[in-house]
Amino acid sequence: MKHTIDARNLLCPMPVIRLQTQIGDYQAGDTIEIISTDPGTQYDIPAWCRVHGHKVLDIQQKENEIRIFVEVGQ
Amino acid sequence: MQRKAVALISGGLDSMLAVKAILEQGIHVEGLNFFTGFCVEGHTQAIRNQNKSKPKRNNALWVAEQLGIKLHIIDVVQEYKNIVLNPKHGYGANMNPCLDCKIFMVQKADAWRKANDFDFIITGEVIGQRPKSQRKQTMPVISQESGAQDRLLRPLSAQLLPPTLPEREGWVMRDKLFDFSGRSRKPQMSLAEKFNIDEYAQPAGGCCFLTDKNYTEKLKDLWSNGGKRDYELDDIMLLKVGRHLRPSDSYKLIISRDEGESNYLRGYRKQFISIEPKSHPGPLSLIDGEASAQDIHLAASIVARYSQGRDATDVTLAVHSKDGAQFDLTVQPMTANNIPQEWLL
Repeated sequence: MKHTIDARNLLCPMPVIRLQTQIGDYQAGDTIEIISTDPGTQYDIPAWCRVHGHKVLDIQQKENEIRIFVEVGQ
Repeated sequence: MQRKAVALISGGLDSMLAVKAILEQGIHVEGLNFFTGFCVEGHTQAIRNQNKSKPKRNNALWVAEQLGIKLHIIDVVQEYKNIVLNPKHGYGANMNPCLDCKIFMVQKADAWRKANDFDFIITGEVIGQRPKSQRKQTMPVISQESGAQDRLLRPLSAQLLPPTLPEREGWVMRDKLFDFSGRSRKPQMSLAEKFNIDEYAQPAGGCCFLTDKNYTEKLKDLWSNGGKRDYELDDIMLLKVGRHLRPSDSYKLIISRDEGESNYLRGYRKQFISIEPKSHPGPLSLIDGEASAQDIHLAASIVARYSQGRDATDVTLAVHSKDGAQFDLTVQPMTANNIPQEWLL
């Protein structure tokens, strides 16, 4: 399944906390698109995913919005 | 049976060393990092354009990754209010309730430990390291008032403290722990070298905005002009961003200092009247409070002073109301000398 987390106008670590809270409801293999505006998410979300065993598939930046695509790990 | 410890991770060297010392003894460790809203980590550094050479990383996450442990970041913004507003043990030099803060965090860690079936808690506390919270007399206060009791282990100063449950039960070897005390960083640096840790964060002025004099003054201003001693997350986040000027009791101006801050403040345009120069490049600014037409005119001339039109005869600015309506104002920029020092927060 695909999920979206809108973390626009939230400063780190709130986007990470939002991902951490919601990912528990998702299944391994699901994908999540996190939309954020804090440039720090480009570093923090991949770091959080690495320590928790999730995979960052892609990071896209368009104007002031950052979209991070994550595949839920086991 | 492998024992499990939960560690308070600030992102600094001490908690990193404490975790490493326990990992070395074969204990499974996971980290907790509490987001209070006052954390220096990852906010203004991420927003501002300056210091582009510095990594915009969250140091707690970075430490967890270096140590190979999981890190759980916990939002405690609402609960933390009571610590800031009513600290049982009082404040430090500014509005920093360090001892209450540590008790609160250990208490939260103990609740997490019980919920997740972990055996004990570790922190990077060092006796004598901090004047308010890390003293020999306060160590037992934290253990007792948090409820963690003898399941709270401080690996870096353990040999100077009574043996804790993990030591008495043989889960960890006391003689492989340490006897660090005082403000010197040399023992930590030496241990870091022994553990082959050659990169670590050294936050200047600590990791909490409540220890910052200037931030504390802005917080006091918020309370004295807001009519009550309280705050919401947006209030305390905005105190970290921009220049704050109060020309009147009824409103203050938040003026961005660079493009990154302008982008951040733009997200608040539905909550505040905003002003942005049109005729010259310049900062996005918010009016926080109630402002009359005369106040907006004055605010625009202040914003113009911080624009690239500061030496021009006139600067035209767009004024956006909260409902999206917009009108233009042309003003003469104030000079730096005409802005009273007492307006600057």
